[in-house]
Amino acid sequence: MNEMTIVSQPNGAIDTSTIPGWGVDADPDNDPTYPYRERDKDDHSGTWDRPPRQNADVELLQSIEHTQRPAVFGTSTPPSGLSGMMRRAAFKKSESNLLHWLLLLGADRVNMVEGVVKDFGHGRVPNIPGEMGLRAGWKHNKPGLIAKTAGTVAVAALAVAALKRIRR
Amino acid sequence: MPYADVGPTVIPDWMDPDDAVLMTDVVPTGYQAAEMAGIRKGDTVVIFGAGPIGIMAARCAWLFGAGRVIVFDYLEYRLDFAREYGPAEVYNFKEIDDVVVFMKKTTDGLGADVAIDAVGLEASGNSWQTVMGRKLLLTSGSAIALHWAINSVKKGGIVSIVGVYGPTGNLVPIGNVVNKGITLRANQASVKRLLPRLIEHVKNGHIEPKKLITHKVPLDDVANAYHIFSRKLDNCIKPVLLPAGA
Repeated sequence: MNEMTIVSQPNGAIDTSTIPGWGVDADPDNDPTYPYRERDKDDHSGTWDRPPRQNADVELLQSIEHTQRPAVFGTSTPPSGLSGMMRRAAFKKSESNLLHWLLLLGADRVNMVEGVVKDFGHGRVPNIPGEMGLRAGWKHNKPGLIAKTAGTVAVAALAVAALKRIRR
Repeated sequence: MPYADVGPTVIPDWMDPDDAVLMTDVVPTGYQAAEMAGIRKGDTVVIFGAGPIGIMAARCAWLFGAGRVIVFDYLEYRLDFAREYGPAEVYNFKEIDDVVVFMKKTTDGLGADVAIDAVGLEASGNSWQTVMGRKLLLTSGSAIALHWAINSVKKGGIVSIVGVYGPTGNLVPIGNVVNKGITLRANQASVKRLLPRLIEHVKNGHIEPKKLITHKVPLDDVANAYHIFSRKLDNCIKPVLLPAGA
């Protein structure tokens, strides 16, 4: 393999003649927006035998914009619980409807809480700081982690204080 | 498994596994960013973002004959990496008053021939976009990298987008796209299409993917590895997860 020895010129510009492979892919006819325009018979153009489709053995949510499923899809996390209800509602709307995305965003957060509850239900205390990778944060960004934790605690304390005041 | 006879690619015997693992995403995405930019020999290429994709796009821009490659980011360690690996002219946008004006001045008032957005919705650099898109989530993240790309490319230029954006609305200066006659090109990487050519580039020493790997972390420690990568800690460019026994 060539060892790269790049040369910068006195004015700071990079001498392209010292760059391995400079210009080897320059092609005035390069038209990457239509990579398959010039197809041949080896690249699956035209008619071909469609491989067998994956069978759905769990509930799947599918965009109302599409008439068929892709050939392969994930089945590891079928919709369930409250988050599942929210996702079912979301998929009744098209992807151009903001409600579709807001419901999915909300469902993700509800699902996170459901996961924590499920952990407790199985007698396991979830290690949330560990799952957030905070050990790495403590090791490599202690001041930032402390500042963020302090900020979160402060906001939470203000919220609690405000709620108490409202109840009075 | 449907399409199992189509999707996989055989790793050549001579290829280092560290190179191979980056051929699945980082290399094709960076290469396609440069390819979609329609670079002609001597073109000035500006790349927003010095993450693994932006750095690889800088490297690949030369293969298409770029005459000048400029990279913007705000993390000094990533700019240092891009300066060496690209190689590229690098600038910290936090030290520049106005990125677009800077780009115009450094290209005789014309703007770059092509611009590549290698950041996407997590971009820093504009308070309004950060508050609207990343804090309040009222838009789908920040579109400041795309904003800079559109405004700093020349009239009739090409903007290539590989940065990830969400499906809902963004604050994009679409009127400038019209007024400047800009072509926008964007895509997920066509990995399978590009791999044969990219394997040749690795073999010929034109691209050295494994140099981007800064961290090797056991798979069991994935949460900490993700935290290091997402928060850009410990001078991280690209971490690789190692399964037990690897």
